[in-house]
Amino acid sequence: MPEMPDKLANTLEALSLIGDRAERIQMLIDIAERFREVPPRVAARPFPEEHLVPACESEAYVWAESRPDGTLDFHFAVENPQGISAKAMAVILGDTLSGQPPEQVAEVPQDVVYRVFGRELSMGKSMGLMGMVSMVRNLARKHADARRSAS
Amino acid sequence: MSQIEDRGYAHPEALVSTDWVAGHLNDPSVRIVESNEDPLLYASGHIPGAVEVDWTRDLNDPVRRDYLDREGFEALMRRIGATRDTTVVFYGDRNNWWATYAFWVFQLFGHDRARIMDGGRIKWVNEGRPVTREVPAYPASDYRAPERDDSRVRAFRDEVLRHVESRRPLIDVRSPAEFTGERLHMPEYPNEGALRGGHIPGAANIPWARAVDAEDGTFKTAEELRALYEGEARLQPQDDVVVYCRIGERSSHTWFVLTHLLGYERVRNYDGSWTEWGNLVGVPIEK
Repeated sequence: MPEMPDKLANTLEALSLIGDRAERIQMLIDIAERFREVPPRVAARPFPEEHLVPACESEAYVWAESRPDGTLDFHFAVENPQGISAKAMAVILGDTLSGQPPEQVAEVPQDVVYRVFGRELSMGKSMGLMGMVSMVRNLARKHADARRSAS
Repeated sequence: MSQIEDRGYAHPEALVSTDWVAGHLNDPSVRIVESNEDPLLYASGHIPGAVEVDWTRDLNDPVRRDYLDREGFEALMRRIGATRDTTVVFYGDRNNWWATYAFWVFQLFGHDRARIMDGGRIKWVNEGRPVTREVPAYPASDYRAPERDDSRVRAFRDEVLRHVESRRPLIDVRSPAEFTGERLHMPEYPNEGALRGGHIPGAANIPWARAVDAEDGTFKTAEELRALYEGEARLQPQDDVVVYCRIGERSSHTWFVLTHLLGYERVRNYDGSWTEWGNLVGVPIEK
């Protein structure tokens, strides 16, 4: 299985080509503006605790919805109205990892956070964003394991 | 929440309201500074005329794990067009956590004309006040700073060890889970920047955000704050107090509360905090 889903690799590549910090920030803000909350068919408030990302102070939630082809759609909620980085991360993870092989999603490295935002993040912010990646990975891992044991 | 001057603070002038800021947007003697944890927020829209001071890029010396030196501070103040007479008003996300951190660093250089906007960024936004993406440019100033003086408001590890040995009070402003060391054992977060979990012996745990009103992010009244720090944590105004968290950012918020809102005269922020103490050889911890 390849290392990283192509769509995520392409997004990281596009971000890496932006050398200017202000331009990168603008691109991430534009991405965050595309954020759409988890649809009601998947979850409604109050969101269950088990979907809450640990250590994310923006109160981010993650869900995985199965597709007929055996892959997953990832959905997010971000309760902090100022949680703009969490929203950008959610859009990137949702766009690039939904529909990708769960085995591959389960191996996405947590440090993609730094490749998206750069190294100038507080420890708390890094942990929260990495927590989102980690939650997506765990959901993909569970799904992949369940598929394997069913086959 | 009540008016700032009605809350019984020792130094109410350290705070300004969103109304006050709205009335001083074009005041050349005032520089409004946004400091956030989230690196995207300022660029997504800020108070008109506000400049950004970013703690990782503007305030830290990552090579020495230290703060900027006199030359660095002068360069920063020149960039934002501030003089020694400029009133700098800080505001930001996360209940002004990062704004108070920047405010505290400015005190290392004795820039006393510093204020915090009560309620921070979210109060401004929730009140429907204007924001802009336009980044202002101010003529460079000729700011001359004194040498950095850490002695008044900053504590170092050896001082903290002596502080512990002489049983003087400390406030740990981290979450209860960090205070007990439980968080170190959470899956996926094995180290939290420290080898050991727990707290500095003798510290009382008052999480920093308890100092603000959960509804609108403004600071609680002096009476409510005294109930926390003097009631629960048993501090007395004449105490020599050390505050700390993980790297000294959250505790700068509590330093601000004790020093400026309650008027304590000897409060120091231990910015080495748990990432240093939790890893130090030969110092005790409690769980």
